[in-house]
Amino acid sequence: MPDTLVTESNTQGTSLIVDDREGGLFKVHRKAFLDDDVLEMERDKIFNRCWLFAGHASELKNPNDFLTRNVGGKELIFNRDRKGDFHAFLNTCPHRGAMVERQESGNALGFKCFYHGWAFNNNGNYATRHQKGTYPEDFNHDGCANLVEVRLEQYRDFFFINFDDAAEPLESYLADSKLIFDLIHNHGPDGMEVIGGAQKYSIRSNWKLLMENSYDGYHAVDTHETYFKYLTDAIGGPAELPQVTNVMDLNNGHASIEGDAPWGRPVAKWIPAWGEQAKTEIDAIRAEVVSRVGEEEAHRICQLGRNTGIFPNLVINDIMAITIRTFYPVAPGVMNVTAWALGVKGESREFRKRRLDNFLEFLGPGGFATPDDVEALESAYRGYAAYQFAPWNDISRGMSRPEGEPFKADDEEQMRCFWREWNRRMGEE
Amino acid sequence: MSAQKQQASASVEQPQPRSAYEDFLYEEAAMLDEWRLEEWLDLFTEESIYEVPRAGADDSADSAEDLFYISDNYFRLGHRVKRMLDKAAHAEWPRSIQSHIISNVRVTGSDEKGVHVTCRFITHRAKNDVTDTYVGHHNYILKTVSGKMRIMSKRSFLASDSLREQGKVTIIL
Repeated sequence: MPDTLVTESNTQGTSLIVDDREGGLFKVHRKAFLDDDVLEMERDKIFNRCWLFAGHASELKNPNDFLTRNVGGKELIFNRDRKGDFHAFLNTCPHRGAMVERQESGNALGFKCFYHGWAFNNNGNYATRHQKGTYPEDFNHDGCANLVEVRLEQYRDFFFINFDDAAEPLESYLADSKLIFDLIHNHGPDGMEVIGGAQKYSIRSNWKLLMENSYDGYHAVDTHETYFKYLTDAIGGPAELPQVTNVMDLNNGHASIEGDAPWGRPVAKWIPAWGEQAKTEIDAIRAEVVSRVGEEEAHRICQLGRNTGIFPNLVINDIMAITIRTFYPVAPGVMNVTAWALGVKGESREFRKRRLDNFLEFLGPGGFATPDDVEALESAYRGYAAYQFAPWNDISRGMSRPEGEPFKADDEEQMRCFWREWNRRMGEE
Repeated sequence: MSAQKQQASASVEQPQPRSAYEDFLYEEAAMLDEWRLEEWLDLFTEESIYEVPRAGADDSADSAEDLFYISDNYFRLGHRVKRMLDKAAHAEWPRSIQSHIISNVRVTGSDEKGVHVTCRFITHRAKNDVTDTYVGHHNYILKTVSGKMRIMSKRSFLASDSLREQGKVTIIL
């Protein structure tokens, strides 16, 4: 069992990972899921330095709109100012720390702390008058009384924050995963929007297991047996997983698995259970996508689906519906999960209903699949209590394929992409 | 009463005394406590729905516009029951222990859809040494079909602002 987390050479990362490419073995020490010190290092080296998903542009439709949420363990205001510019502020009063906005969302010209009444414009500037002599003449010349603004950048309507001023720009951080955002954006002619509110739940397990699980092509048949029984009946035929799949290392720890699947897709793959009227509608949607992006990309958008992990804690699963999911550890063995549904802007009520039905048949705390994933993650976590005597997780599947032979979705290469980046960052100074 | 009004009221079921609905809901709760789920499914008509909107949603929540936890038609509800009784539904195998408590039963109206009945609920689910509590209210639309009380619609609203405590809704509330 490793006593120190970080090996002497930074290039080696931590001692919690065995990445034996010649031997075809990849192992993760179970201490990586259990240890308080590991979590403390993750907060410092990963969550305080990586780009974290904060929200979608469609959640703030108008100038002065705001929402509050916890991102990376910190209370945040994500908002638009009077001019319509987007901002992210720490939701804590510079005076004594209380939250300056406690509603989940709204429209406001400014924020006011209820504790002592300090007020701020929605561009973060301190906006309180005090009697002369109460504070020094040049009070706030250094901005110490303004709300603390957090770096905020967007790609394709997805807004991310970063607590590290030295971090590379978002687009360079996203590397080849920009492709995934492009494909999602092109589902509709006017882009995408978040539908209704978020599903907020929790899992009594370590956060990294949910990232592994979200693009694990190997577990589906066993974990989701009952979902496939339902699907077979719903689509009126065998529900078989694709033989041909594509595994994409998108660099910087991001990865995706892609393939055809037996379920229907709102954009735009018809199944008989939806009826003839829906077929006409879905044919028209597909034709529109083809006319806009061409046959090849339209095939990827309409026919294929993707499970994508954006390092460290954003999942974008474009499967029978589209879910965006983020999660954050409140303790080594507890994570809070926030999940949204994404849909095409302007789609009809019937279409939206079909999309949401598709979402709920598989995804979320009441779906036919997610709860069984949760059970597996919680069960694994209980097993890790024996880590001193059963120390290693195996993530070697498919690793010893001959050079040049592509990985399959039920290999575990996409997880190795995550773990190699995790290991690299945890080994940094 | 005008002829028009008489005609309208002919298709609207006259509510029974509250105790009839209380008996019905207590019996339903017992079926759920005892995992008599096929019997429970028989309470529903083939046009019925069962929905659990997001925690904190109000009574007007619409499953075509908002993301719910559960929005089942009769077909999917049948599969939910089949799934819950299947050992491969890992979240509910081994089975959780449940207790459904019903209170504050009120008949709130009657229209062509049926009799509207609401009640508060406290449902406990215990598994893996953890007991989770779900609190809220059910809105029912009940209808007498061939002399038997049946469920047209059951919508369960959680009086909480998230599922951070419970994590999942893998049982019938």
